[in-house]
Amino acid sequence: MATTQLCTFFVNGLFFGVDVQRVQEVVTYQTMTRVPKAPPVVRGLINLRGQVVVALDLRRRLGFADRAPDVEPMNVVLTDEGGAVSLLVDSIDDVLLVEDRDLAPRPETIEGAMRDLVDGVYMLEGRLLLRLDIEKTVNLC
Amino acid sequence: MDEVGLELLQEFLAESYEGLDRLDNDFVSLESDPQNYDRLNNVFRTIHTIKGTCGFLGLPKLEALTHAGETLLVRLRDGEIALEPRLTTALLAMVDAVRALLGTIERTHAEGDSDHSALASRLVAFAAAEPGDGFDDEPAAVTSAVPAGADLAMPDGPGSVSPVGSDSIRVNVSLLDSLVDLVGELVLARNQLLQCAAGQEDMTLTKMTQRLNLITSELQESVMKTRMQPIGNIWKKFPRIVRDLAHTCDKRIRLLMEGDETELDRTLIEAIRDPLTHMLRNAADHGIESSSKRRAEGKAEEGLLHLRAYHEGGQVNIELTDDGAGIDVDLLRDKAVTSRLLTPLQAARLSAREALDLVFEPGLTTAREVTNVSGRGVGMDVVRTNIEKIGGSIDLASKPGVGTTIRIKIPLTLAIIPALLIRSGHEEFAIPQVSLLELVRLEADEAVERIERIAGAHVYRLRGRLLPLVYLNRELGLEEDDSADASTIVVLRADDREFGLVVDHVRDTEEIVVKPLAKQLQGLRRYAGATIMGDGRVALILDVLGLAQRASIVTDARHQGLQEVRDAEETATEGVTRSLLLVTTPDDGRMAIDLSALSRLEEVPRSAVEYVGGQRVVQYRGAVLPLVSVEDVLDERRRAPRSGPGTRASASDESLNVLVCNHRGHAVGVVAEQIVDIVESSVENLQASTRRGARGVLVVQGRVTELIDLDAFVDVAVSRFYGASALGTPSDPDSVMAGA
Repeated sequence: MATTQLCTFFVNGLFFGVDVQRVQEVVTYQTMTRVPKAPPVVRGLINLRGQVVVALDLRRRLGFADRAPDVEPMNVVLTDEGGAVSLLVDSIDDVLLVEDRDLAPRPETIEGAMRDLVDGVYMLEGRLLLRLDIEKTVNLC
Repeated sequence: MDEVGLELLQEFLAESYEGLDRLDNDFVSLESDPQNYDRLNNVFRTIHTIKGTCGFLGLPKLEALTHAGETLLVRLRDGEIALEPRLTTALLAMVDAVRALLGTIERTHAEGDSDHSALASRLVAFAAAEPGDGFDDEPAAVTSAVPAGADLAMPDGPGSVSPVGSDSIRVNVSLLDSLVDLVGELVLARNQLLQCAAGQEDMTLTKMTQRLNLITSELQESVMKTRMQPIGNIWKKFPRIVRDLAHTCDKRIRLLMEGDETELDRTLIEAIRDPLTHMLRNAADHGIESSSKRRAEGKAEEGLLHLRAYHEGGQVNIELTDDGAGIDVDLLRDKAVTSRLLTPLQAARLSAREALDLVFEPGLTTAREVTNVSGRGVGMDVVRTNIEKIGGSIDLASKPGVGTTIRIKIPLTLAIIPALLIRSGHEEFAIPQVSLLELVRLEADEAVERIERIAGAHVYRLRGRLLPLVYLNRELGLEEDDSADASTIVVLRADDREFGLVVDHVRDTEEIVVKPLAKQLQGLRRYAGATIMGDGRVALILDVLGLAQRASIVTDARHQGLQEVRDAEETATEGVTRSLLLVTTPDDGRMAIDLSALSRLEEVPRSAVEYVGGQRVVQYRGAVLPLVSVEDVLDERRRAPRSGPGTRASASDESLNVLVCNHRGHAVGVVAEQIVDIVESSVENLQASTRRGARGVLVVQGRVTELIDLDAFVDVAVSRFYGASALGTPSDPDSVMAGA
């Protein structure tokens, strides 16, 4: 049976996953340098051991309300053709081995940014895992 | 042979062996595909390169042999004769002979006494097999003209030098690039450590960090060197290009190259290849005149192109000088007008220097006819863009009849650059020092006083020039730092225009490692990259050119302005808006002057006004500028003000507001009581006036305003100062600007 490993995390109470092959690392909140006049989704630049990585807020990307100011997000750092890009998420869950037969197409009723960025739903026991299309998520154009 | 010569020889051997290995393959595939032009060209180039270097190193036998081979290859390449098996055999024999000679040279540093003249003659004979033209200049006895290689006799005996192969290795460029990246990281880590250790009193730690500091610097230098290449690598082709061009244009041109060992980063070498080639073509094609013309002008028949490269102040300078016709500034002005780049007025107003810069405008060429080499009007603008893309600048000087010099300045490398660190709105930014001209500190109270506004735009008077200002806080939407008791104007140059960037604090200068920006941020046009500071935080590097363009200071604005004027002219009959400078007259009336007629606004102290035969004049930029007041022309304006001085903005008892105009070839300073504003106003409802000095009347800002007729002012200035004889014989419009 074909399986995939997904790195999973929570954003706004929803359970998301990305292909673990594309995850460079997961790090705690880092001090960020704001980029004035950048799109709101860009929260800033972080120094990841000498590598300058742009941090995108997944809440803003998906059109959710901002998290409370005292809550520090986590960085899910993804490898990207140009280098690396970090997704700011609420909390990290685990790396899950999921079976491909559990993957259902995205329900047509999902609306907004989620409709563009979620490319499939894994029907797990007791919960649903939303798979993110990484390319679309990091592409702001 | 000295050490340098030996090094050159080793390099030559390594290069030649490589070329020969390729040749074998080329010949093999040529056998099945004799018409393959690219292959033939490859073969030709390899042999040509070996030949060229031989002459330089003094290897007559090898040179004679390769020269003979080249003679045959030229004809093959040009398709004048076909590659027959017997020719292939002869050429392969030549390759073998070359290889044998190289082997001897490698072992003994001399050519030995093997004789290849028979083979050479055979090659030449094949080349001459069909009576052709164009080879008249190829001497039959090629061996006679080459210098002796006596200095190749080496003091140390054979076998004392290791084979070339072990001295140099080929390394993948991507490995070098990643080395440079790693060293960049190390430099950052070093900076962090230094900052950290500065606060400690531990002697051991201090010593260790100092040592690390030194090693890092040296490592950085060495690793940067591995990516350095001599500029000669791209110059190699130039003699050939010039020779071909000279031939095509029927001219005689000598190319002198100096400093081909000057090294710069390979990424930059690649970037300047095309611009340089273009400049060379330009110079050869329409810089240097034809032999007959040069003779007529008493110049040497042979034109000279002098290409020179040298290091200066951490930058590489490249100069291309020709002793040709120079650039005709007036022709440039005319061209700019006919190609609707400028209005006649704007063109006449340009100083000679500014006019020369028109060369860099897209679509402008001075070539009287388009040749197949150049003159299509695409070029120098692209050259400038490409040079500026790599953080360089380009500068042009020309004297009609004497020649033209183009000077390019480019940084040594782009990976690690010196930068000025500034703070604005509580955030830190880096500005590449290449763009930095000077810093002007402004105390808070001073800032209010010395920064003036023209229709919402802030300007600062910097030694007699108006410096447009850009506030970084506003441009980036940063919060204002109210605690700052002073700010600094960072005077920057972008695209040859200067502007002042107002920032809160200037911190320091530092070597920074440039990190490219993520693609999500590349469209912003405000940042050139990012870097990591000593304390580990990320700082953005400002894109000076981008900021200037965003703030409409450079080209975009200029073109836009021109476009507006052009549009204005095209639709003049429909009624359009003009930029008008509003001034008041002594009787508190209003007058307006077309902004496009103005060269500059100057504030002249009253004490500087002198008199020449009753005419008021001031010394201005090394010349004498006649002053004409509004009331000199319009008598009835002489009346006392209708109202009190009240709201005067800038008029003062100590100084005069002088509007410097160049009109009909004369410079004249129009004295205005005070400058009110610059407005965009429709001149549609201009009611013509027959009064001397006024072109008409219109309503601006709810007040009746007379539009100044510069003709009358110039007439007054001319009759009083320039003398009546000057009428109708306009002097050089720039004469007053001379010495600026």
